[in-house]
Amino acid sequence: MAVKVPVVRNILEANEQLAQENSRLFRQAGLFVVNLMSGPGAGKTSLLEHTIETLKDEIRIGVVEGDIQSSYDAERISQRGVQVVQLNTGGACHLDSSMIKSALNALQLAELDLLVIENVGNLVCPAEFKVGEDVKVMLLSVPEGDDKPLKYPLMFQEASVLLINKIDLLPYVDCDVSKIRQRALQLNSSLEILEISCRTGEGLSGWYNWLRSQVSNRKTDATGAEI
Amino acid sequence: MHEMAIAQNLLDIVIQEGSAHGVSRVLSLSLKVGELSTVVPESLIFCFELLSKGTLAEGARLDIEKVPTICRCRECDHEFSVTDLLFSCPKCGSGKVELQSGRELTLESFEGE
Repeated sequence: MAVKVPVVRNILEANEQLAQENSRLFRQAGLFVVNLMSGPGAGKTSLLEHTIETLKDEIRIGVVEGDIQSSYDAERISQRGVQVVQLNTGGACHLDSSMIKSALNALQLAELDLLVIENVGNLVCPAEFKVGEDVKVMLLSVPEGDDKPLKYPLMFQEASVLLINKIDLLPYVDCDVSKIRQRALQLNSSLEILEISCRTGEGLSGWYNWLRSQVSNRKTDATGAEI
Repeated sequence: MHEMAIAQNLLDIVIQEGSAHGVSRVLSLSLKVGELSTVVPESLIFCFELLSKGTLAEGARLDIEKVPTICRCRECDHEFSVTDLLFSCPKCGSGKVELQSGRELTLESFEGE
């Protein structure tokens, strides 16, 4: 005889529980954690290279590189002299919290102030999976077009900061930055938006200052918590 | 194609709950999927079929209920359904809104024998 069993369970609960565990470890270590998301080629790795170059003397930075294949990005980052772990998802389109947990064994968390998790280049799937981060930062480059908030709304809703990259290309592409702003804010009114160019350096100081203040707030929190 | 990962999580829960309730074969699953979640029902069904082969959930039917996107305004308390991805209050215009539903991804119940 058939029986009906009521369950009511979040299908992603296993991922979310593990994300909370990761988050606890990060907080214990006084670490601020960014989940960096974008489509392929928006400039995540370039942004990271510039960020490390500028901040490495004042902030101890670690990086988790997520890619479907290859260790190309990790090699680029390791040349900058920071802790880096490459995660190959072997086909999966996003990082999840168990992958991050496995990467943590290879990192000295106590020796870091900031961990940047560079997610797999994809505007859809990474937005569904928490990994234990403090914030999601989204990068969108102007050649991708100003219609992206309309097409990939979840990513814009989940992000706390939107970096609009490659603004040096605006004279050459059909992209209206004010439309990106208006459409993104319509989805997420508290979204912080910065326009940047990793190529010319324009706008990057705003990003560095934002990171500085987040890392410093986390350190203050951690000190407060210890007392 | 994150539906594969979601289907695997779903199957893990079904096997765990099915065994706990002495069910040897799962006939159907009742799911709620929010409009805002990026899950494609057809893909989820396809992935679940593949993964559940040889388990107690092999051949189980997935009944997927889509949940509409509803927000509540933090300023004036007005509750409204979101159309055209406009996440601001139609009554007072505030962008300070709280999502009430639309992000669900839950297994509500299952039938088995």
